[in-house]
Amino acid sequence: MARFSVGDRVRVRAVFPPTPPTHVRTPYYIRGHAGVIERICGAFGNPEELAFGRRYGPKSTLYRVRFRQADIWPDYEGAADDHIEIEIYEFWLEPNERENAA
Amino acid sequence: MILKAGPQPGDKTAGRWHHPDMDRNFTARGNHDMGGLPGGEINRDEHDFALWEKRVDAMMMLLTNKLQIMTVDQLRKGIEALPPDAYEKMTYYERWIASVTNTLLDEGVISADELSSRMAEIEARGPETGGAG
Repeated sequence: MARFSVGDRVRVRAVFPPTPPTHVRTPYYIRGHAGVIERICGAFGNPEELAFGRRYGPKSTLYRVRFRQADIWPDYEGAADDHIEIEIYEFWLEPNERENAA
Repeated sequence: MILKAGPQPGDKTAGRWHHPDMDRNFTARGNHDMGGLPGGEINRDEHDFALWEKRVDAMMMLLTNKLQIMTVDQLRKGIEALPPDAYEKMTYYERWIASVTNTLLDEGVISADELSSRMAEIEARGPETGGAG
């Protein structure tokens, strides 16, 4: 069951680095940033567990999340409405309370 | 244009969201995790794979799919754990075989003795003939 729906405002957890050190598919540059759920990709094995060879753990919902390029790169020179979409697992996302409350 | 990966440490630009952990653990960027960093020139030449590279690829397919001894994520974890210096210098399939080797040793699938005696055996055989030998 997916925690978030398309259009929900979320924030990527600001975890630097992950503990324990493992394989993480959430790029460094996107951690801590706010985006919007663009689509639900489905449920997949957790790469952070799979990285230890644990194949049969619970699956996690994977989302495609949309971010404004200008939010990510302080010196971004492209168009103001340029976006980047990144596929991120649910456990790396939290509700963006600040913007939801606004 | 070179983009700086943000947020930068100490970046407290007005209105810009900032998390204290970003400063505290700024060194925690994995060496491999280079999104947003200057990439330099990209070599766009096509190239054939060497026989050994095809074998490494085949071995990984066997280990992950047929034998289920390792996962692709384990391969990645091993590659990301390489010392930064090694990571920079090694080619794509050199990183693969380093990670596969370390994983198989870690998991007890092969022993260090087995590995070194097999390597000595292959070395004694002389140059690669291109066959399955």
